[in-house]
Amino acid sequence: MLTGPVETLTYLGGLLADHEFQLGVWETARAFGLALAIAWGSGLVIGLLLGAHRLTGEVAEPILTALYSVPKITLYPVILLFFGLGLSARVAFGAIHGVVPVALFTMAAVRGVPPVYFRTARSLRLGPVATARHILLPACLPGIVSGLRIGFSLTLLGVLIGEMFASQRGLGHMVIRAMETNDVRLLIALALFLVAVATGAGALLLALDRHVGRRGAGPR
Amino acid sequence: MTGGAALSRPEPARTGGSAAGAAGAAHVRVRGLTRVYPGAGGRPPLKALGPLDLDLAPGEFFSVVGPSGCGKSTLLDVLAGLSAASAGSVSFEGRAVTGQVPDGVGVVFQEDSSFPWLSVFDNAAFGLRRLKTPEAEVRARVAEALGLIGLSGFADAFPAQLSGGMRQRVCIARTLVMRPRLILLDEPFGALDQQTKLLMGDELLRLWRETGATILLITHSLDEAALLSDRIGVMSARPGRFIDLIETGWDRERDSRIAADPGFGAITARIWSQLREESLKAMRAAP
Repeated sequence: MLTGPVETLTYLGGLLADHEFQLGVWETARAFGLALAIAWGSGLVIGLLLGAHRLTGEVAEPILTALYSVPKITLYPVILLFFGLGLSARVAFGAIHGVVPVALFTMAAVRGVPPVYFRTARSLRLGPVATARHILLPACLPGIVSGLRIGFSLTLLGVLIGEMFASQRGLGHMVIRAMETNDVRLLIALALFLVAVATGAGALLLALDRHVGRRGAGPR
Repeated sequence: MTGGAALSRPEPARTGGSAAGAAGAAHVRVRGLTRVYPGAGGRPPLKALGPLDLDLAPGEFFSVVGPSGCGKSTLLDVLAGLSAASAGSVSFEGRAVTGQVPDGVGVVFQEDSSFPWLSVFDNAAFGLRRLKTPEAEVRARVAEALGLIGLSGFADAFPAQLSGGMRQRVCIARTLVMRPRLILLDEPFGALDQQTKLLMGDELLRLWRETGATILLITHSLDEAALLSDRIGVMSARPGRFIDLIETGWDRERDSRIAADPGFGAITARIWSQLREESLKAMRAAP
């Protein structure tokens, strides 16, 4: 039996005050925060390097795209072998979901900067550091923010899947447990909570994305 | 603050120590300039330009016309210091131009190079702010430049809200605030429609009179060259050399209405008579 909206909300209200639930949220938030930091950080670095060096980028792009299309769940046993059952495996699994789109978007953003901007920088006698800060960065920013947004959603997906299949902690684990014990009330409440958090954060990032996309958000 | 004082006068030229920097000498001097692109993938090197010589007098409006691919833009790049000459020399105010854009030289490119993340005001202020110019002076100079190019009412607009012609004017303003003594323009109106192009030409003439800067304009438009210039250099097909130098003899106080002058037709006819054969050569040589 599915629970109705009122009952679900009431149940979720109680759940929010529940210590075990709070612990689950904390576990997921911790794993997600670390995974996101790794996905965003390494995705940005990889994307910037590949974008700056055209030949490397052209070689790497199809490889990255192919890697990205591999269903990551099939790699999970390998990750578990490397990292064991625990936080690091969930972090790694989340990060591999997010890193490739961030890298691909960043690379495309860097490559897409019109060459005339760099000629303009030289004509205004800007050095490499000033060019990177005042031209390259703001010019790339809309593309990079789009990548970060997609990376955010996919990393969250990865962390939750990781928790569902091989973890004793976190919201993903609670979902699986609710499924196993046929606790529909808990299942629906968890789903509602995850949807609310994910869409809330997604909407914030989308608003940021649109803001920088419209104007860019470079320094004055 | 002296900021608003005189965009209408370029900052005084720094006189070089050599004889070339003396009064009456050429503002820009080019001798035996050649540009060869090294062959890639086993292809032979490509001689893009020269050898050519050129002297620009201070405050002169000089246009370069030539067939596609004749090396016009290469010439501008080398004059600006954006790329190096393979042989020969370029000097600006008596100093050799090598590998760096000299102080006092402003460049406006063919492509729209306004920064979409900055407002019109901030675009125009870009170069000054990088030099840490005091903000009061930035405001004064930008306001004056925007006034000169007729964009005063658009200071807070973003490039995406402007037409192509207005965006190109933003790029001109960004160059003007630096008070260049030599302005190099690479087909800046190439992407604009004919009427806007004529009006922009008038604007450019007014700027030229008010700033007193030397202007070198690269164009593929015979009309534009004939209307705007004191002198026109007609280039051959690649490798580009000057095959004719035409003195237009126009009054300094001129605008696009001189198109009705019989002299205008005579000048365009002379350019075309020189250029026709070269354009055919360029067309046949095109892949």
